[in-house]
Amino acid sequence: MHLCRVIGAVWATVKVDTLTGYRLLVVQPLSHDLKESGSPVVAVDTVSAAPGQLVYIVKSREASKALEEPFNPVDAAIVGIVDEVRTSI
Amino acid sequence: MFIARVIGEVVSTIKHPALTGRKLLVVEKLTERGKPTGNSQLAVDSVSAGEGDTVLVMDEGSSAALVTKMDNPPIRTIIVGVIDSIDIED
Amino acid sequence: MNLGRVVGTVVSTRKDEKLVGTKLLVVRQIDPEGNETGTFVVAVDAVGAGTGEVVLYASGSSARQTTLTADRPADAVIMAIVDSIEIGGEAIYTK
Repeated sequence: MHLCRVIGAVWATVKVDTLTGYRLLVVQPLSHDLKESGSPVVAVDTVSAAPGQLVYIVKSREASKALEEPFNPVDAAIVGIVDEVRTSI
Repeated sequence: MFIARVIGEVVSTIKHPALTGRKLLVVEKLTERGKPTGNSQLAVDSVSAGEGDTVLVMDEGSSAALVTKMDNPPIRTIIVGVIDSIDIED
Repeated sequence: MNLGRVVGTVVSTRKDEKLVGTKLLVVRQIDPEGNETGTFVVAVDAVGAGTGEVVLYASGSSARQTTLTADRPADAVIMAIVDSIEIGGEAIYTK
């Protein structure tokens, strides 16, 4: 899983049935010290995240399992909202 | 599996039901010689690992399902062992 | 499947119960010419490989498709010890 910041949203009217009812958010992956790390991706939101929020996503095939109907073509899903990142090292 | 060091923890109240009650740790990938790579990600803990521990991280969903004893969890990266030692010969 | 060279072992006492009894080896990936590609994995050994040996390993969910790893968490498994590699009629590697 990867830390990300929600930086935007994508709207699509025409989409596969299994995506109906889900929001699509643009997220910027971050390192543990919250520096940008790699390119933004579009992720399905399963936790009602908002723009600017720190979240974490699951990528690849396991992302599809975050949706109610696991047979879907999703490869990135937001599965949590971060309250705090504690790192001391 | 890859080798990593636990460098922190993520506190999260709102999360996918599959993650309820599970500790999320920040891990930094290491080389086989234990050198940090600067590449960090989050992993679900299953062995009570703590900050500073060198751990074995599984990176595949069906294995994560076996470890968590859940059907189809949206989990791919899971800590499955605390490493005592790595013995490398060249 | 990937070619790799076994370069070491990992010892872990506190681990998932389904991993107990497995041997965990550090495998550096190599190309068919034997050059290291720079990546490595920790793999479950299903064939009794040893340090220094060139092996064949599989990553991802395929790693659980051996009798040893069938019901265990495994994302990389050593499935064969390589005797020789031949490319274009030329012997590239012989054990």
